[in-house]
Formats: sequence, structure tokens, C-alpha cells
Amino acid sequence: MRYGLLVVVLIGVATLGGCSDGVLDPKGPIAAADRQILLNALGIMLAIVIPVILATLGVAFWFRASNERARYRPNFAYSGRLEMLVWSIPAMTVFLVGGVAWVGSHDLSPRKPIASTVKPLRVQVASLDWKWLFIYPDQGVASVNRLTIPVGTPVSLELTSSGVMNSFFVPQLGSQIYTMAGMITRLHLQADHPGTYRGFSAQFSGEGFSDMHFDADAVTNEKFAQWLDSVRIAGPELDAKTYADLAKPSASVTPFTYRSVAPGLFASILVSEMQSDDAMCRRYPTSMRAEK
Amino acid sequence: MNLLGKLNWNAIPFDQPIIMGASGGMVLVIVSILSWVTLKGYVPYLWREWITSVDHKRIGIMYIILALIMLLRGFADAIMMRAQQAVAAGGAQGYLPPEHFDQIFSAHGTIMIFFMAMPFVIGMMNFVVPLQLGVRDMAFPTLNSVALGLTASGILLTNISLTVGEFAKTGWVAYPPLSELQFSPGVGVDYYLWALQISGVGTLMTGINFVATILKTRAPGMSYMRMPVFCWTSLAANLLVVAAFPVLTATLAMLLLDRYLGFHFFTIDGQGNAMMYVNLFWVWGHPEVYILVLPAFGIFSEVVSTFSGKPLFGYRSMVAATMAICVLSFIVWLHHFFTMGASANVNGFFGVMTMIIAVPTGVKVFNWLFTMYGGRIRFTVPILWSIGFMVTFVIGGMTGVLMAVPPADFQLHNSLFLIAHFHNVIIGGTVFGLMAGYNYWFPKAFGFKLDERWGRASFWCWLIGFYLAFMPLYALGLMGMTRRMQHYDVASWQPWLVVAAVGVVVILAGIVCQVIQLVVSIRDREQLKVTADPWNGRTLEWATASPPPAWNFAMLPQVTDIDAFWKRKQRERTQQAQPPKEHKFEPIEMPKNSATGFVTAFFSVITGFALIWHIWWMAGAGAIGIFLTMLAFAFRHEEEIKIPVDQIARFEQANQAEIAV
Repeated sequence: MRYGLLVVVLIGVATLGGCSDGVLDPKGPIAAADRQILLNALGIMLAIVIPVILATLGVAFWFRASNERARYRPNFAYSGRLEMLVWSIPAMTVFLVGGVAWVGSHDLSPRKPIASTVKPLRVQVASLDWKWLFIYPDQGVASVNRLTIPVGTPVSLELTSSGVMNSFFVPQLGSQIYTMAGMITRLHLQADHPGTYRGFSAQFSGEGFSDMHFDADAVTNEKFAQWLDSVRIAGPELDAKTYADLAKPSASVTPFTYRSVAPGLFASILVSEMQSDDAMCRRYPTSMRAEK
Repeated sequence: MNLLGKLNWNAIPFDQPIIMGASGGMVLVIVSILSWVTLKGYVPYLWREWITSVDHKRIGIMYIILALIMLLRGFADAIMMRAQQAVAAGGAQGYLPPEHFDQIFSAHGTIMIFFMAMPFVIGMMNFVVPLQLGVRDMAFPTLNSVALGLTASGILLTNISLTVGEFAKTGWVAYPPLSELQFSPGVGVDYYLWALQISGVGTLMTGINFVATILKTRAPGMSYMRMPVFCWTSLAANLLVVAAFPVLTATLAMLLLDRYLGFHFFTIDGQGNAMMYVNLFWVWGHPEVYILVLPAFGIFSEVVSTFSGKPLFGYRSMVAATMAICVLSFIVWLHHFFTMGASANVNGFFGVMTMIIAVPTGVKVFNWLFTMYGGRIRFTVPILWSIGFMVTFVIGGMTGVLMAVPPADFQLHNSLFLIAHFHNVIIGGTVFGLMAGYNYWFPKAFGFKLDERWGRASFWCWLIGFYLAFMPLYALGLMGMTRRMQHYDVASWQPWLVVAAVGVVVILAGIVCQVIQLVVSIRDREQLKVTADPWNGRTLEWATASPPPAWNFAMLPQVTDIDAFWKRKQRERTQQAQPPKEHKFEPIEMPKNSATGFVTAFFSVITGFALIWHIWWMAGAGAIGIFLTMLAFAFRHEEEIKIPVDQIARFEQANQAEIAV
């Protein structure tokens, strides 16, 4: 056990110290708040867990049968005061952590907009087999497997799925959320520092799942405007037909962009999956999924 | 019409060397064991004494043998996954393609939960509970045998999927829409569903049986507040089985209707709602966690108290905590998917409820601590496992409460942090508990102790291996690595995964030590031979011979207190001058052997296999077979045999003589 404890401590230190790219290295307000809550809860609990571990090892060692100095009390099986203590220590710990959970759950609810003077950027996200489609409805462009956002601007995401469930997750920007066919989930994120952050699906979705990651590019406002201009002059258009091509299962898709998006496309992704669609069912047997 | 449904030669993957090697090996082992048994002429003995036995002790031992075999199978999957992730970094694809890797992690989860942990826990309860209650059998002995048969059927179907067809590629939770026909057209999900449906019925039977046994058949004088804590935790676990397993059966039945008859419960079209499955699955799934861990808590309570030479501290607190967990475990399920996008109030409620469950669990840890306090602790193998558990489990409990904070879960959900957490509580809690129980009650079951040195070696390998294998996963989760990745592109994850793979090898060494321990102990069984009470025990199972006779107790014990056997020993010590009383035995009625369990299991496998491959005539034949078996059982003439007095007297005399030696 002592080795175990040593390993725990060593790994804990190594993790907290040397961790980059993960949830302990936030680049936006949501991720930072998530981390703060995580550390607060951990701190409260460590204050009780570490003494318990030490006490367990200490008591077990001291009361070993060969220790003559330890007093044997064969009938010590009840003590009102200790019972009181035994129930109140975990209760009080949980009272504190429960408070953290309740407040945190409201403050960091994924659907709660980020308070900011800057007008949020709207992005519609659809998880397809096995890539990500990002539609910028106000800008009329779309992007596959690369989410480009301006730094310091809240991003308001609406998410759905073309089929199986996935989970949209950029650890350094903050909370993840499921994408589900026929349903919309909402998430608000913001990047405070320019950089490229790793995004991926955190819900297993089938054969191409391991390659279902994307880059979240946080760029300055000028660069974002330049990016928009460059997108608008190149690439295909996204309409019902090109969407049907895109929706065919494929993995490891190199990021590319659409210069325009047919209005209502996101809504049609949402609706098409709710209706019984024979074309869909026929599509799959010829796809990667049916191949052995 | 095709007589064999979807089944044809293409179902067997002759082109896959790994699969063919593994299944070839398995077939070889099974065939050699069967032929050895037949050639040696053991078949009638096995049939009479084991396969048709309705003795709760034999059934318990058979459950545990099944569980240990499945532990090896599930562990083989674990080694393959760890090896794959240790090498598949950067551009590398490792040695397992996604379609094989996806089956392995699905099979690993399914086998370890349903076919390792569950049978192990049920086997332990089967062996111990009636003995601790001071009774001669379960309330429904034949039902018990049928339940074992159905569990074995589920296990067999799952293992057949290795060779014939495929297993689910959806993860052990089989979330729709991925598990729907549209996205998983193969037979893998059907194997998963039918194996769980069949064994789930068996588990429900077990639950009913234990609840009836504990509530209705206890030794004279054993009121509820005199029951050993293991019986209390077993009662709580089985109440959970009775309440939760029907939910699983109904949920999987809905998915089956979707897949077989074109219903739309969870499909993405036709107004189906996949999240309904996710909710219902975890309405069963969270109580399931406590079904596994509560009996382990009971084992630790017995072990810590026995080897500290003290009664359990705060018995009433323990009982209250157990029953509180039993109730609360039904109102926390949503913490498995905070990321579904529910409102802040819903997430907050389930987060806080989840933490409240930690209170009774914390109370238990403190009570074990105070049980050791003032004791004289003998450091045998079972207590090592218990102390290892207490240290490991509080870490796992802490990370669990951490993920019950919704914003923390938004960052940690589905990451390797989660994987580390639940292995931390299931290995650190359930498996350590079962290992403690295995070492603790083995002498009762077979009349000789397990070798201490190999037992200790095994414990240390398991403990160190566990920390090496799972602490890196906590770190990887914080670094943003999600679960179920066949390969990954982040090079900095690889060192951690290599350490985890080394940890699995150390655990493997622990398992090897356990196998050696068993072999060595069987070899040295004469030196390791024990009498009825090798550990200076406190509860009634130690009051009868090791191994106990079929009827457990010649005279039903009279219970006057908690720790009934301990009190009796104290009493006898104070009045030792008295000559031993002449017992007047009476004939004992015991339930008669029955082949019902075996025959039902046989037809269940036929039915399940036929349904998986759409062989409708065979499914019908199997179902009729099950029905006729039940009918034959219902119309039986004799159900009991009488054990004559002289047989009991002879056994008691021999046993007394042995104790005197």
C-alpha cells in the first residue's frame, strides 16, 4: 500500500505539473472555470481522504497482533460520540462539495450564454460519420474538421448529429456536449488566447471514431476576417446534394471549407433524421459500415 | 426458405489468425478436458454430485469457477487492448484493426461485468449466506440451479461469438442509434442482447431466491438485527437485483423489438428516442454498481472483524448505511450522462444525490477503521486484501465524487479518467473483496487453507499492478484522452500508456500467482488441512464442519446475539467442565437433485443461438423444450429425500473426532 500511495503522489505531482494540452491547461473562461471547480472539489476531498488513508495504514500497523504495546479492546464496538463523528465528517464534506456542484452546475450550464460585450459568433455543428461539419449561419460559410473562431468572442454553438451519437469536445476551451440526431444541444465557449486546440468526439461512434478529431483554431479578429474572405472565394457550395455526398461515411477527412451554405440546411439535417427515410436505409448497406 | 437462417461458413473468420488461434485453443482445451473426464469415468460423478446438484454450496462453487474462467477471458481482452494502445501512437495502427478492437473492448466490458463480477458475487453469496443464516438450503433450490444454468448459457453464447460470427462493436452499453440495425447490421449486437437477456433472467431468479431466503428462512432466534453484515449487504444487493434487472430486461427487449420487428423505440427515424435507452440503461446500471460492491462491503466487514478479533464497530450504522445506499442508488443514474444537455437544475440535483451516496459509504470506511482500532490484527491474506481495498477505494470514491460535480464531468466524461475511476472502484472494491472472500472462505468450502506465501505474492502483484495500470489513465484523462481509441495521434500520451501496459503485466503476474497458489494448495492439502473454525471466526458458517455436509447443520443453531458463533464459543469456554451433551438427531429432509437447470440451460442456448442467426424453427423448438422442462418439473412426484439419522450421526462423530485431533 505504501508503494501504491507513493505512486499516487508521484503521478499526481507529475500530472499537475507537466500537463499540457489537457483540461488543466485552459485557454478560455469556461475551461478555466471548469478547472477551478475541479480543483476546488478535489482540494476539499483530499483534506479528508489523505488523513483517512494515513489513519488506515497507521491503525492497521499499530494494532498488529505482534505489537505488545497496543491495547486489545475486544469489546469496543460502539461509541455514540464516534458514531456522530463518523456520520458528520462525510456529511460535512459532501455538504461543501455538494454546494460546489449545485452552484457550478448553474454557473456553467452549457446552455447559459457567456456574459460579454462582444456579440457572439453563431456556429452550427453537425457530427457526421466520422467528421465534423461547422456551419457559420450568419457568415454563410461552412467548414469540415476545422473550427475557426475569433479570440475573445463568445461562440454560441447549436449541435446535432446526422446519425449516431457523438460528443463535441475541445478540452482546452471547456465543456463537452452530446450531439444527437433529431435534437439540438447548446453550448457556449470562448477562446482567450490564439492557438490551435485539439477537438474530437468523446463518444464512441463506430469504426472511424479514432480519427474523428478536428482542430479548433482560435485566431485574432483580423485573421478571422481574412479567413472568412478567403473561404468565400474558394471551395464548393454546401447544398442538399453536396451534403448527401459529405454525409456518406468516411474517416480521416482533410479539413476543407464551403464557400456558401444553402439556407435552412442545418434545419434539414435535424428534420431529415426524424422522418422515416428509405433512402437513408438504402445508403448504408453500400457504405463502409456494411463492409467487413 | 433457408433452414439455417443467416448462418453459413462465412460466419467463421478463417482469415483472422488471432481469432482462429484463440478459438482453436479454446476448443482444444474444452475437448481435452471433456475427453479426460470421460476417459477417467468422472461423468456419472459430475452429473450426480455437481451438474444436477441443488446444494447451494455446490452451486456457489460452480458460479465461482465460471467467474474465474471468465476473469481469464476478460483479462486476455484487457491485455490485448493495453498492448494495442501502447503501440498505436502517431501514424501507427497497432496490430488490431478497428473492427476487431471495437469487439474486444465491448466483450471486455460485457464479460467482466456480467460474466465475471456478477457470477463471482452470486457464487460467494450462494455459498455463504445460507451457512451464515444457519439454515440448510436456499428457499428455492431448483430455481437456484436453473439460474446457474441460464448464467452459463449467456456465457456460452458470448464465447461462441468469438468463433461464429462476431460480437457487438458498440461498447458494453450498446447505446442506440449505433446499436440499431441501421448502423450495426451484423449479429454482434444480437449476441450481446440475447446473452444478456438469458443470463439476466437467471440473475433475477437469483435475486428473488435470496430475498426470499434471507427474509423467510433464518435460524431460530436470528432476528434481522442479529444477521451478519454480509447477509445484510446480500439482502440489499438482491433487493436491487429484483428492482433493477427487470428494467434492463425491458430495455434490451425494446432494442430487440427495434432490431427484429422494425419497432421505433430508439431509432433515429419514426419518432424513436435513443436517449430513452440511455436513461433506462443507467436506471439499471447504477444500482448494478451497488449490486457488485455491497456484497464486497459485507465480505470486508466479516474479514476485518474476524482478523481484528473484535465485533464490527457500529453494526447498526453499517446496516443503516447499507440500506441507505440501497435506496439512494436508484436516484443517481443521470450522472452517467450529464453531458446530454439537461438543465442546470436536473444536473445539480443528480450531482448532489450522487454525493449523498458517498456519505453512507464514507461511514462504512470509518467503521472498518474503528473495527481495527483496539484489535489484534493477524495479517493473513484476506486482511491484506481488505486494507488494500480501504486505501484504494477511498481514492476511487474521491474521483467518483469529483465527477459527480457536473462542470468537472463536462471535462472528464468518457475520458480515461472515467475508465480509471470505475476500475478503481470495481477492482479496488469488488475484485479485492472477492479475492478476500475467496481466501477467507476457501477452507470452509474444501477443508484446507490456501497457501499464504503465494497468496501474499498475488496480493502485492495485484496491488502494485493496479496502481501502475490505472494511475496513468487518470493522468491521460486530464490530458484529454478519450476512451475506446483504436489509435491516436498525440505522441505525448504514449509513455503513460506504456506504463499502463506494464501494470497489466504485473497484474498478470498476480493472476499467475493465484493459479500457482491454488495448485500448490491442492498439492499440500494434507498439511493445510483445517478443522471447522480455522480463523477463530464469529459467524455461524464456522460452527459446522469444513467442508460442511449437504445438510449444513445436524441441529439448527439457536441464535441469541450478533456474532452467534463467537458468543457460543465464549459460553462454552466458561462452562467447559460440562460433559458434551448426547445429541438426538432427527432425519433431515433435503431437496432432491434435479436436471431441470441443466436441461433448461441446454434449450436456452439452442433458442438464443437460433434467434441470433434467425433460425426460426430451431428457436421454436428450443422454446418448446424450455416449456416442457418446466412442465415436467412442475409435475414432479418426489421433491425431497430423507437423510437417515445414522448417516448424520456417523458424519457428526467423524467430525467430532477430527476436531479433537
